[in-house]
Amino acid sequence: MDAIGRYLTLHVDNLKGAVARVVDRPLGSVMTILVIAIALVVPAGLRVMVDNARALSGTWQGAADFTVYLEMAVEEPAAEALAGQIGERDDVEMAELLASSDALAEFRAYSGFGEALDLLDENPLPHAIIVRPAGTGADLDRLVEDLEALEETALVQLDTEWLERLRAILELARRVVDVTTVLLGLAVIVVIGNTIRLEIGNRREEIEIIKLVGGSDGYIRRPFLYLGLCYGVGAGILAALIIVLGLGLVASPARALMELYGSDYRLAGLSPADAAWLLGAGGFLGWAGAGIAVARHLREIEPS
Amino acid sequence: MIRFENVRKRYPAGREALCGVTFRLEKGEMAFLTGPSGAGKSTLLKLVALIERPTRGTVLVADQNTARVPRRRIPQFRRQIGIVFQDHKLLHDRTVFDNVALPLMISSLRRRELRGRVRAALDQVGLLRYENQFPLSLSSGEQQRVGIARAVASRPQLVIADEPTGNLDPQLSLEIMRLFGRFNDVGTTLLIATHDLELISRMGYRRLYLEAGRMAGPAAQPV
Repeated sequence: MDAIGRYLTLHVDNLKGAVARVVDRPLGSVMTILVIAIALVVPAGLRVMVDNARALSGTWQGAADFTVYLEMAVEEPAAEALAGQIGERDDVEMAELLASSDALAEFRAYSGFGEALDLLDENPLPHAIIVRPAGTGADLDRLVEDLEALEETALVQLDTEWLERLRAILELARRVVDVTTVLLGLAVIVVIGNTIRLEIGNRREEIEIIKLVGGSDGYIRRPFLYLGLCYGVGAGILAALIIVLGLGLVASPARALMELYGSDYRLAGLSPADAAWLLGAGGFLGWAGAGIAVARHLREIEPS
Repeated sequence: MIRFENVRKRYPAGREALCGVTFRLEKGEMAFLTGPSGAGKSTLLKLVALIERPTRGTVLVADQNTARVPRRRIPQFRRQIGIVFQDHKLLHDRTVFDNVALPLMISSLRRRELRGRVRAALDQVGLLRYENQFPLSLSSGEQQRVGIARAVASRPQLVIADEPTGNLDPQLSLEIMRLFGRFNDVGTTLLIATHDLELISRMGYRRLYLEAGRMAGPAAQPV
């Protein structure tokens, strides 16, 4: 019990000493912490952005229009009437006829196959009805089933491809963020390692003296590890503040943009768990960077 | 307490600092290590404190063969020795109290006991009133006494000192040496390197005379 108490006292003393050392040289410490904080903000901020985009793309699921292609035999007035019927369903927000002649004109204008189309005797395109569903999930599935069951229907095509593409892009972005996270994590280790290396150089004499009076490697190492920890945790706190502040600045224009798209999506901020992660990661990277620097450089210092 | 058997020390540069030194220092003894500059006095003390290792021969300190002390055990080995340096080697950003407390903090002594021991050590060197001062505000002689207080604070059985009076005037030097004498009176073994022959001739302790890396004269044998 006593031994544990003394051990804890030693660690608390070390922690206090490290904090005092950080506070002692505010300018240098702030710059170090700022550099590390930026290295933490970039991956964490990107992650928040990508997570928001993913959440947002999820809410778009139901907003996807789809197209009902009719059988070639269905004439325009019948198609028109069908569009009206569909449009009256409760689970449909809007149904609009895209007549085959309009579709052909559109295709001619945008596809670049205009001349090839001239070779055809008749319009190869069917009439189509563009449906904007009101519901999502099961409602949407039932709607699609109903429409597929109509005898005039040739094919129901959900226009979700772009959404799938967006998801794929977001997945890629997430992977890029992962790689960035690893790289910037390494950068944090290097920055802290270098800072601690300089600190070791500054305190060379002190280290020599402590070695001369019988200080173990652990005893000498500890203040530097705690210093690294302080830098890392300090940078984590700063990074969290920067992200919260940044989201605050972006929130209002983002909401305005969302409203233009008729969405009431709100930006997800930094959750307490995310913030804890940021502090934990900062602390861990600081400790690790200091540990590497200490392992490399303390051995070189021997009294002579 | 200290036993050297045919100890040689050659530095990587090729200079032979010690060429076959044999001597014993008994427990409770106090001896002066003298000789001209470059005779190998510092090297000999470094071998005792395991700052250097002998090229050949055996160094025994407190019944331990220093050759059998691995690197990671050196801190523990050094804790049984108090070392006093010519240049004091104090930490200037810490108070006198904290400097003296350093070896005790390293062995994670309880705070109350630590305070008592530091005060006792400072009292012995007559500097208790300066415990909250910083070393640089003290005179050179006082700084050296802080260094001595640090060396004895953990009550080591052996104290070694390398030219502890090197920068002091004769009066202060004599005071320092008498201080060492008082520690010897209570049973501490001391080995003090100094080239101040005139000073030690006035004191009755055994002398080890080192010249060009060898023990010279009858002083090589214990009294």
